[in-house]
Amino acid sequence: MQAILKQIEQNNLLARIGRVFLVFLEAIGRLSLFISNAIMSGIRPPYYPRQLGRMMIEIGYYSLPVIGLTALFTGAVLALQSYSGFARFSAESSIPIVVVLSITRELGPVMAGLMVAGRIGAAFAAEIGTMRVTEQIDALVTLSTNPFQYLIFPRLVAGTLMLPCLVLVADIIGVFGGYVVSTHSLGFAAGPYINNTWNYLETKDVVSGLVKAAAFGFIVTLMGCYHGYHSKGGAQGVGAATTNAVVSASILILLSNYFLTELFFSV
Amino acid sequence: MSTTPKIELRDVYKSFGRKKVLDGVNLTVTPGESLVIIGGSGSGKSVLIKNILGLIRPNKGKIFFDGKDITHDSFRKREPMLRKCGMLFQGGALFDSLPVWRNIAFVATQGRGGLSTAQARALAVEKLAAVGMPPEVADLMPAELSGGMQKRVSLARAIATNPEVIFFDEPTTGLDPIMADVINELIVSCVKKLGSTAITITHDMSSVRKIASRVAMIYQGKIIWDGPVSAIDSSGNPYVDQFVHGRAEGPITQGVKG
Repeated sequence: MQAILKQIEQNNLLARIGRVFLVFLEAIGRLSLFISNAIMSGIRPPYYPRQLGRMMIEIGYYSLPVIGLTALFTGAVLALQSYSGFARFSAESSIPIVVVLSITRELGPVMAGLMVAGRIGAAFAAEIGTMRVTEQIDALVTLSTNPFQYLIFPRLVAGTLMLPCLVLVADIIGVFGGYVVSTHSLGFAAGPYINNTWNYLETKDVVSGLVKAAAFGFIVTLMGCYHGYHSKGGAQGVGAATTNAVVSASILILLSNYFLTELFFSV
Repeated sequence: MSTTPKIELRDVYKSFGRKKVLDGVNLTVTPGESLVIIGGSGSGKSVLIKNILGLIRPNKGKIFFDGKDITHDSFRKREPMLRKCGMLFQGGALFDSLPVWRNIAFVATQGRGGLSTAQARALAVEKLAAVGMPPEVADLMPAELSGGMQKRVSLARAIATNPEVIFFDEPTTGLDPIMADVINELIVSCVKKLGSTAITITHDMSSVRKIASRVAMIYQGKIIWDGPVSAIDSSGNPYVDQFVHGRAEGPITQGVKG
Protein backbone atom coordinates (compact mmCIF):
# COMPACT_ATOMS: atom_id res chain seq x y z
CA MET A 1 0.00 0.00 0.00
CA GLN A 2 2.70 2.44 1.00
CA ALA A 3 4.74 1.54 -2.04
CA ILE A 4 1.78 2.20 -4.32
CA LEU A 5 1.11 5.53 -2.69
CA LYS A 6 4.73 6.41 -3.13
CA GLN A 7 4.57 5.46 -6.80
CA ILE A 8 1.53 7.63 -7.37
CA GLU A 9 3.17 10.47 -5.55
CA GLN A 10 6.28 10.24 -7.66
CA ASN A 11 4.46 10.26 -10.97
CA ASN A 12 1.95 12.90 -10.12
CA LEU A 13 2.95 16.30 -11.48
CA LEU A 14 0.69 18.11 -9.03
CA ALA A 15 2.29 16.31 -6.13
CA ARG A 16 5.70 17.35 -7.37
CA ILE A 17 4.69 20.97 -7.71
CA GLY A 18 3.14 20.77 -4.28
CA ARG A 19 6.32 19.36 -2.82
CA VAL A 20 8.47 22.12 -4.33
CA PHE A 21 6.00 24.69 -3.05
CA LEU A 22 6.09 23.20 0.44
CA VAL A 23 9.88 23.21 0.49
CA PHE A 24 9.78 26.84 -0.61
CA LEU A 25 7.31 27.76 2.13
CA GLU A 26 9.41 25.91 4.68
CA ALA A 27 12.48 27.90 3.68
CA ILE A 28 10.56 31.19 3.92
CA GLY A 29 9.25 30.19 7.33
CA ARG A 30 12.66 29.22 8.60
CA LEU A 31 14.18 32.44 7.35
CA SER A 32 11.43 34.58 8.92
CA LEU A 33 11.89 32.75 12.20
CA PHE A 34 15.62 33.30 11.97
CA ILE A 35 15.21 37.04 11.38
CA SER A 36 12.67 37.54 14.15
CA ASN A 37 14.76 35.46 16.54
CA ALA A 38 17.87 37.49 15.75
CA ILE A 39 16.13 40.84 16.17
CA MET A 40 14.01 39.94 19.18
CA SER A 41 16.93 38.57 21.15
CA GLY A 42 19.37 41.13 19.74
CA ILE A 43 17.51 44.16 21.06
CA ARG A 44 17.61 42.74 24.60
CA PRO A 45 20.68 42.91 26.79
CA PRO A 46 23.33 41.65 27.12
CA TYR A 47 24.96 43.50 24.23
CA TYR A 48 28.31 42.60 22.78
CA PRO A 49 29.97 45.86 21.69
CA ARG A 50 33.32 44.13 21.12
CA GLN A 51 31.73 41.81 18.61
CA LEU A 52 29.94 44.70 16.90
CA GLY A 53 33.16 46.70 16.69
CA ARG A 54 35.07 43.75 15.25
CA MET A 55 32.40 43.19 12.62
CA MET A 56 32.18 46.88 11.68
CA ILE A 57 35.92 46.98 11.09
CA GLU A 58 35.79 43.71 9.17
CA ILE A 59 33.02 44.93 6.88
CA GLY A 60 33.67 48.65 6.70
CA TYR A 61 37.43 48.94 6.81
CA TYR A 62 38.77 45.77 5.22
CA SER A 63 36.35 45.99 2.29
CA LEU A 64 37.62 49.44 1.32
CA PRO A 65 40.32 48.33 -1.16
CA VAL A 66 37.94 46.02 -3.01
CA ILE A 67 35.15 48.56 -3.11
CA GLY A 68 37.51 51.41 -4.06
CA LEU A 69 39.04 49.54 -6.99
CA THR A 70 35.65 48.36 -8.23
CA ALA A 71 34.18 51.86 -8.04
CA LEU A 72 37.19 53.52 -9.67
CA PHE A 73 37.10 51.31 -12.74
CA THR A 74 33.31 51.27 -12.93
CA GLY A 75 33.26 55.07 -13.04
CA ALA A 76 36.08 55.11 -15.58
CA VAL A 77 34.48 52.61 -17.93
CA LEU A 78 31.15 54.38 -17.60
CA ALA A 79 32.69 57.61 -18.89
CA LEU A 80 34.40 55.80 -21.75
CA GLN A 81 31.32 53.88 -22.82
CA SER A 82 28.92 56.79 -22.63
CA TYR A 83 31.38 58.94 -24.56
CA SER A 84 31.55 56.54 -27.46
CA GLY A 85 27.78 56.09 -27.40
CA PHE A 86 26.76 59.69 -26.84
CA ALA A 87 29.16 61.00 -29.49
CA ARG A 88 26.84 59.47 -32.10
CA PHE A 89 24.25 62.15 -31.37
CA SER A 90 26.62 64.82 -30.04
CA ALA A 91 25.47 64.56 -26.44
CA GLU A 92 28.94 64.28 -24.93
CA SER A 93 28.18 67.12 -22.56
CA SER A 94 25.84 64.93 -20.51
CA ILE A 95 28.60 62.50 -19.57
CA PRO A 96 29.26 64.02 -16.11
CA ILE A 97 25.62 63.72 -15.17
CA VAL A 98 25.31 60.19 -16.59
CA VAL A 99 28.31 59.10 -14.59
CA VAL A 100 27.23 60.64 -11.31
CA LEU A 101 23.62 59.45 -11.54
CA SER A 102 24.52 55.91 -12.55
CA ILE A 103 27.06 55.63 -9.80
CA THR A 104 25.04 57.09 -6.93
CA ARG A 105 21.70 55.55 -7.81
CA GLU A 106 22.63 52.15 -9.17
CA LEU A 107 26.18 51.03 -9.68
CA GLY A 108 27.56 52.21 -6.34
CA PRO A 109 25.14 50.26 -4.16
CA VAL A 110 24.80 47.25 -6.47
CA MET A 111 28.51 46.81 -7.14
CA ALA A 112 29.36 47.34 -3.48
CA GLY A 113 26.59 44.93 -2.48
CA LEU A 114 27.83 42.24 -4.84
CA MET A 115 31.46 42.67 -3.82
CA VAL A 116 30.56 42.53 -0.15
CA ALA A 117 28.39 39.48 -0.83
CA GLY A 118 31.48 37.77 -2.16
CA ARG A 119 33.73 38.96 0.62
CA ILE A 120 31.57 39.13 3.74
CA GLY A 121 28.70 36.80 2.90
CA ALA A 122 31.15 34.02 2.14
CA ALA A 123 33.33 34.75 5.16
CA PHE A 124 30.38 34.79 7.57
CA ALA A 125 28.87 31.62 6.17
CA ALA A 126 32.23 29.84 6.40
CA GLU A 127 33.00 31.12 9.90
CA ILE A 128 29.60 30.44 11.42
CA GLY A 129 29.30 27.17 9.48
CA THR A 130 32.62 25.99 10.89
CA MET A 131 31.51 27.03 14.36
CA ARG A 132 28.37 24.98 13.84
CA VAL A 133 30.08 21.78 12.70
CA THR A 134 32.81 22.00 15.36
CA GLU A 135 30.13 22.47 18.05
CA GLN A 136 31.33 25.98 18.92
CA ILE A 137 27.75 27.25 18.63
CA ASP A 138 26.60 24.56 21.06
CA ALA A 139 29.50 25.56 23.30
CA LEU A 140 28.22 29.15 23.29
CA VAL A 141 24.87 27.92 24.58
CA THR A 142 26.48 25.87 27.35
CA LEU A 143 28.38 29.02 28.34
CA SER A 144 24.93 30.63 28.74
CA THR A 145 25.45 32.89 25.75
CA ASN A 146 22.70 33.22 23.17
CA PRO A 147 24.27 32.67 19.72
CA PHE A 148 21.70 35.01 18.19
CA GLN A 149 22.82 37.79 20.52
CA TYR A 150 26.51 37.06 20.31
CA LEU A 151 27.03 35.96 16.71
CA ILE A 152 24.11 36.94 14.51
CA PHE A 153 22.77 40.30 15.70
CA PRO A 154 26.12 42.18 15.75
CA ARG A 155 26.82 40.99 12.22
CA LEU A 156 23.41 42.09 10.91
CA VAL A 157 23.76 45.51 12.54
CA ALA A 158 27.33 45.96 11.30
CA GLY A 159 26.31 45.04 7.73
CA THR A 160 23.32 47.37 7.72
CA LEU A 161 25.35 50.28 9.09
CA MET A 162 28.61 49.82 7.23
CA LEU A 163 27.43 49.22 3.68
CA PRO A 164 26.01 52.76 3.32
CA CYS A 165 29.38 54.11 4.48
CA LEU A 166 31.15 51.97 1.92
CA VAL A 167 28.76 53.10 -0.78
CA LEU A 168 29.37 56.74 0.06
CA VAL A 169 33.08 56.12 -0.46
CA ALA A 170 32.33 54.17 -3.63
CA ASP A 171 30.22 57.06 -4.95
CA ILE A 172 33.06 59.52 -4.51
CA ILE A 173 35.72 57.23 -5.97
CA GLY A 174 33.43 56.22 -8.83
CA VAL A 175 32.75 59.80 -9.83
CA PHE A 176 36.46 60.48 -9.52
CA GLY A 177 37.16 57.58 -11.88
CA GLY A 178 34.82 59.10 -14.47
CA TYR A 179 36.41 62.49 -13.95
CA VAL A 180 39.94 61.22 -14.48
CA VAL A 181 39.09 59.48 -17.75
CA SER A 182 37.00 62.40 -18.99
CA THR A 183 39.62 65.04 -18.31
CA HIS A 184 42.67 63.04 -19.33
CA SER A 185 41.63 61.14 -22.40
CA LEU A 186 38.26 62.51 -23.51
CA GLY A 187 39.23 66.17 -23.54
CA PHE A 188 36.88 67.56 -20.93
CA ALA A 189 37.89 70.65 -18.98
CA ALA A 190 38.16 70.01 -15.26
CA GLY A 191 36.08 72.93 -13.99
CA PRO A 192 32.96 72.50 -16.13
CA TYR A 193 32.99 68.74 -15.56
CA ILE A 194 32.85 69.17 -11.80
CA ASN A 195 30.23 71.91 -12.12
CA ASN A 196 28.03 69.74 -14.28
CA THR A 197 28.38 66.86 -11.85
CA TRP A 198 27.34 69.00 -8.90
CA ASN A 199 24.59 71.04 -10.49
CA TYR A 200 22.43 68.19 -11.65
CA LEU A 201 22.88 65.96 -8.63
CA GLU A 202 19.99 65.88 -6.16
CA THR A 203 20.06 64.75 -2.55
CA LYS A 204 17.54 62.08 -3.38
CA ASP A 205 19.93 60.42 -5.81
CA VAL A 206 22.52 59.84 -3.14
CA VAL A 207 20.10 59.06 -0.31
CA SER A 208 18.20 56.46 -2.32
CA GLY A 209 21.51 54.77 -3.07
CA LEU A 210 22.42 54.74 0.60
CA VAL A 211 19.06 53.28 1.61
CA LYS A 212 19.57 50.57 -0.97
CA ALA A 213 23.01 49.97 0.48
CA ALA A 214 21.58 49.49 3.96
CA ALA A 215 19.11 46.96 2.59
CA PHE A 216 21.86 45.14 0.70
CA GLY A 217 24.06 45.13 3.80
CA PHE A 218 21.28 43.47 5.74
CA ILE A 219 20.67 40.92 2.96
CA VAL A 220 24.34 39.97 2.63
CA THR A 221 24.98 39.51 6.34
CA LEU A 222 21.64 37.77 6.81
CA MET A 223 22.38 35.24 4.07
CA GLY A 224 25.89 34.64 5.40
CA CYS A 225 24.64 34.08 8.94
CA TYR A 226 21.56 32.08 7.97
CA HIS A 227 23.34 29.60 5.72
CA GLY A 228 26.26 29.29 8.10
CA TYR A 229 24.01 28.72 11.09
CA HIS A 230 22.10 25.95 9.36
CA SER A 231 25.06 24.23 7.76
CA LYS A 232 25.71 20.62 8.63
CA GLY A 233 27.92 17.71 7.76
CA GLY A 234 31.51 18.86 7.99
CA ALA A 235 33.68 20.55 5.39
CA GLN A 236 31.34 19.78 2.51
CA GLY A 237 28.39 21.29 4.35
CA VAL A 238 30.33 24.45 5.12
CA GLY A 239 31.33 24.70 1.45
CA ALA A 240 27.72 24.37 0.37
CA ALA A 241 26.64 26.97 2.93
CA THR A 242 29.24 29.40 1.60
CA THR A 243 28.11 28.93 -1.99
CA ASN A 244 24.46 29.28 -1.04
CA ALA A 245 25.15 32.42 0.95
CA VAL A 246 26.91 34.17 -1.94
CA VAL A 247 24.46 33.03 -4.62
CA SER A 248 21.31 33.81 -2.64
CA ALA A 249 22.67 37.17 -1.46
CA SER A 250 23.57 38.17 -5.02
CA ILE A 251 20.19 37.17 -6.40
CA LEU A 252 18.32 38.88 -3.57
CA ILE A 253 20.37 42.04 -4.08
CA LEU A 254 19.47 42.23 -7.77
CA LEU A 255 15.80 41.43 -7.14
CA SER A 256 15.35 43.86 -4.28
CA ASN A 257 17.28 46.49 -6.23
CA TYR A 258 14.53 46.52 -8.82
CA PHE A 259 11.77 46.85 -6.26
CA LEU A 260 13.59 49.51 -4.26
CA THR A 261 14.19 51.51 -7.44
CA GLU A 262 10.51 51.22 -8.30
CA LEU A 263 9.67 52.42 -4.81
CA PHE A 264 11.92 55.48 -5.08
CA PHE A 265 11.53 56.58 -8.68
CA SER A 266 8.29 55.18 -10.04
CA VAL A 267 6.28 58.38 -9.60
CA MET B 1 14.61 9.22 47.58
CA SER B 2 14.63 12.12 49.98
CA THR B 3 16.50 14.60 47.78
CA THR B 4 15.16 15.89 44.48
CA PRO B 5 17.16 14.46 41.63
CA LYS B 6 19.51 16.91 39.92
CA ILE B 7 18.34 15.82 36.51
CA GLU B 8 15.48 13.60 35.57
CA LEU B 9 14.39 12.37 32.15
CA ARG B 10 10.93 10.89 31.82
CA ASP B 11 10.09 8.87 28.76
CA VAL B 12 12.07 11.02 26.33
CA TYR B 13 11.68 10.36 22.61
CA LYS B 14 13.65 11.94 19.81
CA SER B 15 13.78 11.01 16.16
CA PHE B 16 15.43 12.63 13.16
CA GLY B 17 13.21 12.05 10.17
CA ARG B 18 12.39 8.36 10.29
CA LYS B 19 15.38 7.47 12.41
CA LYS B 20 14.48 6.91 16.05
CA VAL B 21 17.41 7.93 18.23
CA LEU B 22 15.88 8.07 21.69
CA ASP B 23 13.05 5.63 22.22
CA GLY B 24 11.69 6.32 25.66
CA VAL B 25 14.63 7.15 27.89
CA ASN B 26 14.12 7.23 31.66
CA LEU B 27 17.04 8.38 33.72
CA THR B 28 17.60 9.99 37.10
CA VAL B 29 20.80 11.67 38.22
CA THR B 30 21.21 12.37 41.93
CA PRO B 31 23.27 15.35 43.15
CA GLY B 32 26.97 14.69 43.54
CA GLU B 33 27.12 11.41 41.69
CA SER B 34 29.25 10.73 38.64
CA LEU B 35 27.12 9.00 36.06
CA VAL B 36 28.75 7.51 32.99
CA ILE B 37 26.56 6.61 30.05
CA ILE B 38 28.08 3.95 27.83
CA GLY B 39 26.93 2.76 24.47
CA GLY B 40 28.18 2.14 20.95
CA SER B 41 28.66 4.79 18.32
CA GLY B 42 25.35 6.13 17.11
CA SER B 43 23.41 4.77 20.09
CA GLY B 44 22.11 8.23 20.97
CA LYS B 45 24.46 9.15 23.80
CA SER B 46 25.29 12.60 22.46
CA VAL B 47 21.68 13.30 21.56
CA LEU B 48 20.74 12.41 25.13
CA ILE B 49 22.92 15.04 26.78
CA LYS B 50 22.14 17.61 24.09
CA ASN B 51 18.49 17.14 25.00
CA ILE B 52 19.22 17.88 28.64
CA LEU B 53 21.05 21.09 27.71
CA GLY B 54 18.33 22.13 25.29
CA LEU B 55 20.58 22.04 22.23
CA ILE B 56 18.07 19.58 20.80
CA ARG B 57 14.40 19.46 21.75
CA PRO B 58 12.76 16.08 22.43
CA ASN B 59 9.68 15.02 20.45
CA LYS B 60 8.01 13.64 23.54
CA GLY B 61 8.68 13.27 27.24
CA LYS B 62 9.83 15.59 29.97
CA ILE B 63 13.16 16.74 31.33
CA PHE B 64 13.55 18.13 34.84
CA PHE B 65 16.46 20.08 36.27
CA ASP B 66 16.45 20.58 40.05
CA GLY B 67 12.84 19.41 40.00
CA LYS B 68 11.75 22.04 37.44
CA ASP B 69 10.35 21.09 34.05
CA ILE B 70 12.69 22.65 31.49
CA THR B 71 11.65 20.63 28.46
CA HIS B 72 10.21 23.46 26.40
CA ASP B 73 11.90 26.48 27.94
CA SER B 74 13.20 29.19 25.64
CA PHE B 75 16.82 30.23 25.86
CA ARG B 76 15.95 33.07 28.21
CA LYS B 77 14.09 30.85 30.67
CA ARG B 78 16.80 28.22 30.46
CA GLU B 79 19.64 30.61 31.15
CA PRO B 80 19.72 30.29 34.97
CA MET B 81 20.01 26.54 34.52
CA LEU B 82 22.72 26.86 31.87
CA ARG B 83 24.71 29.03 34.29
CA LYS B 84 24.90 26.03 36.59
CA CYS B 85 26.18 23.76 33.83
CA GLY B 86 29.49 23.27 32.09
CA MET B 87 30.31 21.05 29.19
CA LEU B 88 33.45 19.54 27.72
CA PHE B 89 32.87 18.88 24.03
CA GLN B 90 34.31 15.97 22.13
CA GLY B 91 36.37 18.15 19.81
CA GLY B 92 37.07 20.77 22.48
CA ALA B 93 34.92 23.35 20.65
CA LEU B 94 37.23 26.18 21.70
CA PHE B 95 36.45 29.51 20.03
CA ASP B 96 39.27 29.75 17.54
CA SER B 97 38.94 33.52 17.16
CA LEU B 98 39.80 34.09 20.83
CA PRO B 99 43.05 33.44 22.72
CA VAL B 100 43.08 30.70 25.33
CA TRP B 101 42.50 32.99 28.31
CA ARG B 102 39.47 34.65 26.71
CA ASN B 103 38.09 31.19 26.00
CA ILE B 104 38.43 30.14 29.62
CA ALA B 105 37.09 33.40 31.04
CA PHE B 106 34.41 33.63 28.36
CA VAL B 107 31.41 33.91 30.65
CA ALA B 108 33.27 36.31 32.94
CA THR B 109 34.33 38.70 30.18
CA GLN B 110 31.27 38.69 27.94
CA GLY B 111 28.30 40.85 28.72
CA ARG B 112 27.23 40.65 32.33
CA GLY B 113 30.28 38.90 33.75
CA GLY B 114 31.60 42.19 35.05
CA LEU B 115 35.20 41.11 35.62
CA SER B 116 37.94 43.47 34.56
CA THR B 117 40.43 42.25 31.99
CA ALA B 118 43.09 41.69 34.64
CA GLN B 119 40.72 39.76 36.90
CA ALA B 120 39.52 37.63 34.00
CA ARG B 121 43.08 36.84 33.06
CA ALA B 122 43.89 35.86 36.61
CA LEU B 123 40.86 33.58 36.64
CA ALA B 124 42.01 31.97 33.39
CA VAL B 125 45.53 31.39 34.72
CA GLU B 126 44.12 29.88 37.91
CA LYS B 127 41.91 27.50 35.92
CA LEU B 128 44.82 26.62 33.65
CA ALA B 129 46.80 25.67 36.73
CA ALA B 130 43.90 23.48 37.86
CA VAL B 131 44.26 21.44 34.66
CA GLY B 132 48.05 21.37 35.00
CA MET B 133 48.99 23.92 32.37
CA PRO B 134 51.50 26.77 32.67
CA PRO B 135 50.34 30.41 32.51
CA GLU B 136 52.20 31.01 29.21
CA VAL B 137 49.51 29.03 27.43
CA ALA B 138 46.99 31.78 28.22
CA ASP B 139 48.14 33.95 25.33
CA LEU B 140 48.23 31.25 22.67
CA MET B 141 45.46 30.76 20.14
CA PRO B 142 43.57 27.43 20.24
CA ALA B 143 44.96 26.44 16.82
CA GLU B 144 48.49 26.52 18.28
CA LEU B 145 47.68 23.77 20.79
CA SER B 146 47.83 20.00 20.36
CA GLY B 147 44.65 17.93 20.66
CA GLY B 148 45.34 16.93 24.25
CA MET B 149 46.12 20.50 25.26
CA GLN B 150 42.94 21.72 23.59
CA LYS B 151 40.97 19.19 25.63
CA ARG B 152 42.62 20.44 28.81
CA VAL B 153 41.89 24.08 27.98
CA SER B 154 38.35 23.09 27.14
CA LEU B 155 38.10 21.38 30.53
CA ALA B 156 39.40 24.55 32.16
CA ARG B 157 36.67 26.50 30.36
CA ALA B 158 34.01 24.01 31.45
CA ILE B 159 34.95 24.37 35.13
CA ALA B 160 35.61 28.13 35.03
CA THR B 161 32.16 29.03 36.37
CA ASN B 162 32.30 26.39 39.14
CA PRO B 163 29.27 24.62 37.66
CA GLU B 164 27.00 22.34 39.64
CA VAL B 165 26.69 19.92 36.76
CA ILE B 166 29.41 19.12 34.23
CA PHE B 167 28.83 17.17 31.05
CA PHE B 168 31.68 15.34 29.38
CA ASP B 169 31.20 14.25 25.78
CA GLU B 170 33.68 11.48 24.98
CA PRO B 171 36.50 13.15 26.93
CA THR B 172 39.22 10.69 25.92
CA THR B 173 38.35 10.02 22.29
CA GLY B 174 41.24 10.74 19.95
CA LEU B 175 43.88 10.98 22.66
CA ASP B 176 46.85 8.71 23.28
CA PRO B 177 46.44 6.39 26.31
CA ILE B 178 48.65 8.50 28.56
CA MET B 179 46.90 11.76 27.74
CA ALA B 180 43.56 9.96 28.10
CA ASP B 181 44.55 8.95 31.61
CA VAL B 182 45.65 12.51 32.40
CA ILE B 183 42.25 13.78 31.29
CA ASN B 184 40.47 11.11 33.34
CA GLU B 185 42.45 12.08 36.44
CA LEU B 186 41.70 15.74 35.84
CA ILE B 187 38.01 15.04 35.51
CA VAL B 188 38.00 13.10 38.77
CA SER B 189 39.95 15.77 40.66
CA CYS B 190 37.96 18.71 39.23
CA VAL B 191 34.62 17.11 39.94
CA LYS B 192 35.70 16.19 43.46
CA LYS B 193 37.05 19.68 44.17
CA LEU B 194 33.89 21.42 42.96
CA GLY B 195 31.56 18.80 44.39
CA SER B 196 29.75 18.81 41.08
CA THR B 197 27.45 16.28 39.55
CA ALA B 198 29.09 14.77 36.47
CA ILE B 199 27.51 13.16 33.44
CA THR B 200 29.94 11.56 31.04
CA ILE B 201 29.29 9.74 27.81
CA THR B 202 32.00 7.49 26.54
CA HIS B 203 32.81 4.13 25.03
CA ASP B 204 36.22 3.97 26.67
CA MET B 205 36.05 1.37 29.44
CA SER B 206 39.18 2.54 31.24
CA SER B 207 37.56 5.95 31.45
CA VAL B 208 34.40 4.36 32.88
CA ARG B 209 36.30 2.53 35.61
CA LYS B 210 38.19 5.65 36.56
CA ILE B 211 35.47 8.29 36.77
CA ALA B 212 32.13 6.57 37.24
CA SER B 213 30.21 6.09 40.43
CA ARG B 214 27.22 4.81 38.49
CA VAL B 215 26.98 3.43 34.97
CA ALA B 216 24.05 3.36 32.57
CA MET B 217 24.09 1.64 29.22
CA ILE B 218 22.10 2.92 26.27
CA TYR B 219 21.22 0.63 23.38
CA GLN B 220 18.80 1.29 20.55
CA GLY B 221 17.50 4.45 22.18
CA LYS B 222 16.74 2.91 25.56
CA ILE B 223 18.58 2.64 28.87
CA ILE B 224 18.98 -1.12 29.12
CA TRP B 225 21.07 -1.32 32.27
CA ASP B 226 21.85 0.95 35.16
CA GLY B 227 23.93 0.19 38.26
CA PRO B 228 26.97 1.03 40.35
CA VAL B 229 30.35 0.85 38.64
CA SER B 230 31.37 -2.06 40.84
CA ALA B 231 28.65 -4.17 39.25
CA ILE B 232 29.55 -3.81 35.60
CA ASP B 233 31.63 -6.97 35.49
CA SER B 234 28.87 -9.01 37.06
CA SER B 235 25.85 -7.31 35.56
CA GLY B 236 24.42 -10.54 34.18
CA ASN B 237 23.25 -8.51 31.20
CA PRO B 238 24.57 -10.00 27.95
CA TYR B 239 24.55 -6.58 26.22
CA VAL B 240 26.60 -4.96 28.98
CA ASP B 241 28.94 -7.96 29.09
CA GLN B 242 29.59 -7.77 25.39
CA PHE B 243 30.27 -4.04 25.52
CA VAL B 244 32.48 -4.15 28.62
CA HIS B 245 34.64 -6.90 27.15
CA GLY B 246 34.56 -5.49 23.63
CA ARG B 247 33.51 -8.70 21.89
CA ALA B 248 32.38 -8.80 18.29
CA GLU B 249 29.98 -11.66 18.97
CA GLY B 250 26.95 -11.18 21.11
CA PRO B 251 23.46 -9.75 21.15
CA ILE B 252 24.63 -6.31 19.97
CA THR B 253 24.89 -6.21 16.22
CA GLN B 254 26.21 -3.13 14.55
CA GLY B 255 23.25 -1.10 13.40
CA VAL B 256 24.53 -0.81 9.87
CA LYS B 257 21.15 0.17 8.51
CA GLY B 258 20.86 2.93 11.12
